[in-house]
Amino acid sequence: MQKETLILDERQLGRVLARISHEIAERNAGAKNLVVVGIQTRGAHLARRLAQLLSELEGLKVPVGEMDITFYRDDIETRPDRPIVKKTNLPFSIDDKIIILVDDVLFTGRTVRAALDELVDFGRPKAVQLAVLVDRGHRELPIRADYVGKNIPTSLSQEVVVRVKETDRQDSVALRDKKRAKK
Amino acid sequence: MKKFAHKHLLGLEGMTREEIEFVLDTAVTFKEVLERPIKKVPTLRGLTIVNLFYEPSTRTRISFELAQKRLSADTVNFSSSGSSVKKGETLRDTVRNLEAMKIDMVVVRHASSGVPYFLTRCLESSIINAGDGAHEHPTQGLLDIYTIREKYGKVEGLRVVIVGDVKHSRVARSNIWGLKAMGASVSVCAPSTLLPAEIEKMGVEVFTDLNKALWGADVVNVLRLQLERQERGFLPTLREYSRLFGITRERLTLLNKNYTIMHPGPINRGVEITPEVADSPESVILAQVTNGVAVRMAVLYLLSGQQEEAVA
Amino acid sequence: MPKKKEEGFPRVPAVIAGGRIIDPTASIDKTGDLYIENGKIVRIEFNKLLSKKSIQSVGSHKVMDASGQVVSPGFIDLHVHLREPGREDEETVATGTKAAAAGGFTSVCCMPNTDPPLDNQENIRFVLEQAKAGFARVYPLGCITQGRKGERIAEIGDIVAAGAVAVTDDGSPVMDASVMRLAFEYSRMFGIPIVQHAEDTNLSFGGLMHEGFVSTILGMRGIPAAAEEVIVARDLKLLETFGGRLHVAHISTAGALELVRQAKKKKLPVTCEVTPHHLTLTDEEIKKSFNPNLRVNPPLRSRKDVEALREGLVDGTIDAIATDHAPHSREEKEVEFDAAPNGMIGLETAFGIVMTEIVAKGYLSLAQAVEKLTSAPAQVFGLPGGQLKIGHPADIIIFDPGQSWTYRASEGFSKSINSPFDGWGFKGKVTSTLLAGKVVYPVESKLEVVGLSPQDKIKLQVAERKKQKKRK
Repeated sequence: MQKETLILDERQLGRVLARISHEIAERNAGAKNLVVVGIQTRGAHLARRLAQLLSELEGLKVPVGEMDITFYRDDIETRPDRPIVKKTNLPFSIDDKIIILVDDVLFTGRTVRAALDELVDFGRPKAVQLAVLVDRGHRELPIRADYVGKNIPTSLSQEVVVRVKETDRQDSVALRDKKRAKK
Repeated sequence: MKKFAHKHLLGLEGMTREEIEFVLDTAVTFKEVLERPIKKVPTLRGLTIVNLFYEPSTRTRISFELAQKRLSADTVNFSSSGSSVKKGETLRDTVRNLEAMKIDMVVVRHASSGVPYFLTRCLESSIINAGDGAHEHPTQGLLDIYTIREKYGKVEGLRVVIVGDVKHSRVARSNIWGLKAMGASVSVCAPSTLLPAEIEKMGVEVFTDLNKALWGADVVNVLRLQLERQERGFLPTLREYSRLFGITRERLTLLNKNYTIMHPGPINRGVEITPEVADSPESVILAQVTNGVAVRMAVLYLLSGQQEEAVA
Repeated sequence: MPKKKEEGFPRVPAVIAGGRIIDPTASIDKTGDLYIENGKIVRIEFNKLLSKKSIQSVGSHKVMDASGQVVSPGFIDLHVHLREPGREDEETVATGTKAAAAGGFTSVCCMPNTDPPLDNQENIRFVLEQAKAGFARVYPLGCITQGRKGERIAEIGDIVAAGAVAVTDDGSPVMDASVMRLAFEYSRMFGIPIVQHAEDTNLSFGGLMHEGFVSTILGMRGIPAAAEEVIVARDLKLLETFGGRLHVAHISTAGALELVRQAKKKKLPVTCEVTPHHLTLTDEEIKKSFNPNLRVNPPLRSRKDVEALREGLVDGTIDAIATDHAPHSREEKEVEFDAAPNGMIGLETAFGIVMTEIVAKGYLSLAQAVEKLTSAPAQVFGLPGGQLKIGHPADIIIFDPGQSWTYRASEGFSKSINSPFDGWGFKGKVTSTLLAGKVVYPVESKLEVVGLSPQDKIKLQVAERKKQKKRK
């Protein structure tokens, strides 16, 4: 087992999500025209929680969807591993909606770029705002998050491990050294 | 972890249940793509695929082409009937020319068994078999299995009967390999003259009496009867074939409840299947066509970028 | 060709010293010294052997040290295609006999399915004329029917007078039973066997490989074993009724073999041959690779047939091993399986296969294997050779039964490379071949092969120069 530095525990993660939901509601003056879309897989779980929090906060049902951006990646050719592609499910029109795009970690920005490309294939939203649990820096594209749970300065030799109860039996964010590639 | 690491898709013989399921699971997500407002993803942008069809084909070629376009690949079509020898240029020369044009993948259909294997020896590209002689038609086999799984939620334990010209059918062979791997129990039913030698060694039950074959089956996959079989003397008349082996409404009562009728197309209505059966609610013939695009997208996507045949 | 250097020792008296001499006809299998003078065997000495030391100086005799090796009569191949006239791009009498020499064959019987076919005196004489420059004795076969059409019998009398040792329409069968009857009757006058390519072409129509489980899996049109067996059965009936002699070429099925076995029990004048590939390869091989070089007629059969053929060799039902050496151009073979012509080359691999698959696996003793390649085939067509007899021409080979080697078709002497054995390893290799006392294999350079076209010579010269450069 590798050594990990805990960044957020379950309670802290809950507070961060609550804060983000408040920020979203504040900035958009409510949640009337909002839809929340999570990027598979952990972003999708976080999106469902944010939508739930927003619904409770504003007293209306905020629609939530999920997207797998694999087909829109720009590095498919060079990655011989082909993971099972998860569901993309946007059970609503996104035309003229304000989309809160949710992911767990913002890193190079390439995933978000792919997600934006995929979104526009589904319609023409009024605006897209980006919410992430962690921003670890090292951007390779001009992309910035509108809502950030926590900024964590990292080195490239580290990785951010986000765990959510839905898939990992606990809520936490931690930092650890990357596994050495096997020789 | 589930895996699919092949550079080529030459046949379903030897493919494991896990591999087949991986392809089908991937196809499920592509089927969702086909229901989007924009039925296209940029996944294979920049990849060039040639569809090398040495045998007339409409639906398989269109299905592949559509799958390629929906993945944003660039496609080139090459159609030529008959053997390359008659054209004066060998097949090897043709494909070497293609490779010189920087092709990433080749989808090939040819009347001669083994041509896709031949291509793997003279090309660096990924090769997809779109039907070689009476040998294999793996994407058809996969889409048939996909269609069955979509309806029943599983394949294991189902009884599938393949009826018709088994001897000359690559669809039958790919279906048998794939369905067996998935745990279905498979039988074939055909006139004795259209049953290939020692077919029972493939692990199928063999019938020449259609009523017995249909009894207790869940899925009937009806093969197309090529009309030249009669001219070649394999059958006395189409009339007698139709009487003995045609799928009629009366015969369907022998099947299990919730049965399914399949056909790889194109249909000879009134010969191997009556129009009312072909158009009945139990017929999934059109679903097969839709699923064909999704399955082929999955295959193209999974093979792209694979460097060499992984050793199992 | 400039005679700057004679190959080996032409007319110099010679002695092959210290080898294990095998001559099945004389039941010899013993270490000895074999003396050659004027191209003939003059003495075989088993008692007073030359010592290692004295080997250097035996008067005027040139000495070949064969210690640790086997000395036997040169092999005789009842079935080769030399492709001349007509397809000199695939093989010529010169290149084909050179390949024969490299494989240990000092006599080959060439098939008449050339273009034009050897169905008259003139064409037989042409082949014999070409053979004068060759590296092995060539015994042509003539056609059974005019133009190999299977309709009217050819001038068998003239053909035999010109030097043909048997008649055959090989490549095709005589399908018409009435024509076959006439051929049997007519050939009786000349005492030669009718060699049948046993294949019912209606049953085999469109077939690419043996009909069985493998053809079913591969979806290839099959050639049933019955296609061979019905013709063998028919021919045996005709033979029994109308006389003559029958030799079944390249027998390939257990059923056909059983028919011949029963006929031999009835003392019918029937013989048969088997190819090294039918003794070794099965239809399974095609499944592994779809290699067009595996397309051959009769097709590679099932494991059960291969086992039966090996048994037939052991019990004597099969008289001889013959290669059915069938060269085809690269262009014609590097195509899809069902567009490729039938046939594979075999002269240079036959001995390696027989040693590795038949002798090493205990089916035949070394002496028995030699017999199936020498005296037994000689007997089938009544050919000279196949034995080590004083006063007879010194057609002799030396082979090393223990030498391991790898066959590379591209490095062979045949003009064609269509062999599925390319890259196979064998144990047992011919090291020297003498034709009438003259060393015809090995030669110092491939360039010395006569009958090469100017283009081929240039190619070889370039290749040799490259080799020399590499060595430097």
